[in-house]
Amino acid sequence: MSRSELLAADGAATAALIASGEASANEVLDFWLERAGSDALNGYLWRADRESARRGVAADGPLAGVPLAIKDIFCTEGVPTTAASRMLETYVPPYTATAVGRVAGAGMPMLGKTNMDEFAMGSSNENSAFGPSLNPWDHERVPGGSSGGSAAVVAGGLAPWALGTDTGGSIRQPAGFCGIVGLKPTYGSISRFGMIAFASSLDQCGPLTRSVTDAALLLDVLQGRDRMDSTSVGIEGGIARPSAERLDGLTFGVPRGLIGEGIEGGVLARFEETLLKIADLGGTIADIELPHAGHAISAYYVLAPAEASTNLSRYDGVRYGLRASDEDLLSMYEVTREEGFGPEVKRRIMLGTYALSSGYYDAYYGRAQRVRTRIVEDFDRAFGDVDFVVTPTSPTVAFRLGEKTEDPWAMYQSDLFTVPMSLAGIPAISIPAGLARPDGGGPELPVGFQIAAPAFAEQRLLDASFALEGAIGFDGTAALEGGVA
Amino acid sequence: MIEREQVLHVARLSRLRLSETEIDTLAGELSSILDHVDKLAEVDIEGVEPTSHVVPLENVLRPDEPRPSLDRDVALSQAPDPADGAFRVPSPQAES
Repeated sequence: MSRSELLAADGAATAALIASGEASANEVLDFWLERAGSDALNGYLWRADRESARRGVAADGPLAGVPLAIKDIFCTEGVPTTAASRMLETYVPPYTATAVGRVAGAGMPMLGKTNMDEFAMGSSNENSAFGPSLNPWDHERVPGGSSGGSAAVVAGGLAPWALGTDTGGSIRQPAGFCGIVGLKPTYGSISRFGMIAFASSLDQCGPLTRSVTDAALLLDVLQGRDRMDSTSVGIEGGIARPSAERLDGLTFGVPRGLIGEGIEGGVLARFEETLLKIADLGGTIADIELPHAGHAISAYYVLAPAEASTNLSRYDGVRYGLRASDEDLLSMYEVTREEGFGPEVKRRIMLGTYALSSGYYDAYYGRAQRVRTRIVEDFDRAFGDVDFVVTPTSPTVAFRLGEKTEDPWAMYQSDLFTVPMSLAGIPAISIPAGLARPDGGGPELPVGFQIAAPAFAEQRLLDASFALEGAIGFDGTAALEGGVA
Repeated sequence: MIEREQVLHVARLSRLRLSETEIDTLAGELSSILDHVDKLAEVDIEGVEPTSHVVPLENVLRPDEPRPSLDRDVALSQAPDPADGAFRVPSPQAES
């Protein structure tokens, strides 16, 4: 099997090569380990060798032998897990996350642990304590975040597919920026056990892949009830391989009120073209209102930091991770946390603690929770009229490194279209919709198209995405060599 | 507007010993973020129930039966300062 054939194969195609005997599992693993070893994107924080890649991995299964990359937020027994934080720089977990156990149980070796924004807080990967991951389409630009490393290694030909997590857009936005598929499933469909917590009512595991078929295959492996996570319920009936070619009888709602200012011309052009393709496939386009979605970012930046401030109180220098002082107990806590956390994490801990503090709780946290209810109601109402809600994944294409780091609120706007679905807990996917130049000029870069569906309607979402993917015919091969030195 | 004193108060609650530069920077950044967040006041939330969780689940129960947990040595293996089968921490009082 030639190297170019192995590189060209997505997860499903690689599984088929192994099943037919055209390529051996050893050959496939060696090829991808060598690719991962020439990472020019700072996409990996830890890389496996032949032995460690297969540790605990089942010999059989429909996806046996197809390796994958795992975001460094998933605990992996015996393998460093840092969440891209100095706080956990030397941490080696004594247990494995359920999601990782499930892919290992399906026979998939682990190529390595991918770079991310520290504790998944960020939209550019620039908040990693170990330096940003780079976009394979243009190394001067960000891959998005927080699952930026996972998106970069898949788009840049350093892994066939990867696991990520999405709290407010952390799978979909980097998938959009890197020209791949990213799926945030319904909250509760995949266990969160062993996934280092950021905002527990929003965090959800999901796949980053080169194709919609791959997203479906991984979701089927990952989903399911887990007694270690009492909020996990799984997806009844599992997920079948998508095969739809048409969109007849399906209605796609466009929240025009949300898609206004701050959106780049090229992004809007690709979005409108994709709507025409939906119509060509027999789908209906309808304008809808999500009256409160414009407040989603504000609500999210109260709720997520509030949850984060409590979740991250566990990093106290006592049981694991960094300890930076032995002076007295209080100093030990304060100095450890001061030295262990980066600026964005501190900002969110401070914001969340403020929002939960005496005298401000009702004005911020309580109000944001009620606005969240309004947003849930908006989607419920919309889904009474339409099957899907569609938006661009992000208002812009991938921006330059350093372009938004000085202004936190400008960075947060990157998740304008992805946060409403997170607050509602519903599934949403980003598929590549073509290339566009940024406003003000620059290279042609990928544009993501987001499709959201009602809770647990993943099968319908993946079927429609599959049909649309075929009509768009996006070609990501230009980036595949962008990942190697 | 978040004043310096409020930053110090919240930092104390958060167990963060901020540097002088961080205190000033955070006062500005938090003020600016909260200015945006204050737009939530425009939303009519009269009579609206808060959402803390979106999955329609309640009272997930399991039998209350003892089962093995992490081995003590394993649990202590990542501790910065394990001693006598426990997590050792500095004294609550600074030594004088």
